[in-house]
Amino acid sequence: MSKFKQKKGGKTPGINTASLPDIVFMLLFFFMVTTTIRDASLKVKVVTPNATEIQKLEKKSLVSYIYVGPPSTPALKEVFGTEPRIQLNDTYANVNEIPEFIEKERQARDEAEVPFLTTSLKIDKDTKMGIVSDIKQELRKMNALKINYSSKKGGLKK
Amino acid sequence: MGKKKERSVPPINAGSMADIAFLLLIFFIVATTMDTDSGILTKLPPMPEEDQEPPPDINDRNVLEVLVNAQDQLLVEGEWKDVTELREITIEFITNPGGREDLPESPTKAVVSLQNDRGTSYNTYIQVQNELKAAYNQIRDEESRRMFGVVFSELEKDQRREVQKKYPIKVSEAEPKDLGGEN
Repeated sequence: MSKFKQKKGGKTPGINTASLPDIVFMLLFFFMVTTTIRDASLKVKVVTPNATEIQKLEKKSLVSYIYVGPPSTPALKEVFGTEPRIQLNDTYANVNEIPEFIEKERQARDEAEVPFLTTSLKIDKDTKMGIVSDIKQELRKMNALKINYSSKKGGLKK
Repeated sequence: MGKKKERSVPPINAGSMADIAFLLLIFFIVATTMDTDSGILTKLPPMPEEDQEPPPDINDRNVLEVLVNAQDQLLVEGEWKDVTELREITIEFITNPGGREDLPESPTKAVVSLQNDRGTSYNTYIQVQNELKAAYNQIRDEESRRMFGVVFSELEKDQRREVQKKYPIKVSEAEPKDLGGEN
């Protein structure tokens, strides 16, 4: 009677799946933490330009976004034309609505955080500078001086 | 007889736990945007106050004039240039290695004056901004390495301030002209 006698007819034992929920939960928490849920549906088409000297924006909660680009879908193009438009939150806006937008963004935050608010300009690369300058001018008037020209990592392209 | 047996609570079947977790997991994977926003960070100059005196004239040798027209062409100090050349020019301008008479006396006095047309494309504008920033970053990196042995981004706060003080980023943007071209 040896202790190490092999059992006869040994089937491969089934894999224990008891820890599967744990693994899945781990993944779940990872995604929940890293997630930022898309908040605004884009009505403008934005292809940001390439740049090499980019920095990451650290605090996402302190960033407000201004989108500029031509209307994205054919249906929108029919109504609004193909000229670049500004989008604030969920709707098209004019340049003169930017101060109100910035004011609202500020009110939504803690007073101590206001100086750290950054405005990220997501602007399509085919936009002309005229509209961009107007936006910058409005931001200067509102004293929202920290801005970010959103761009992708990459070399210069012609 | 009549004596109740102690009933044990039947265990909750946890077999579907994995399914539920998967469902949530898939939801979050779909709703996630992983890309963190990145770009060229800059600071706009504050609006001039109304009773402010006009800024003093800056000596011509301390100004690097960069003009971009509506056709996205670049004019640096009166000469046609390509965007790819701008970085070298800017570095030479700021550091003035040869001590030339027509370049700034010191890096702290060097000002890059950028002016674009309203018809300039945003892409070109960003490329110009990028090259200017690259020039400053390169200079600061070199200086940090010389002074502290590491690149600028790895410096301590006060070391960083020291380098910044030595090579301040001075890019002044004039109001864009509307000379037309398209748009």
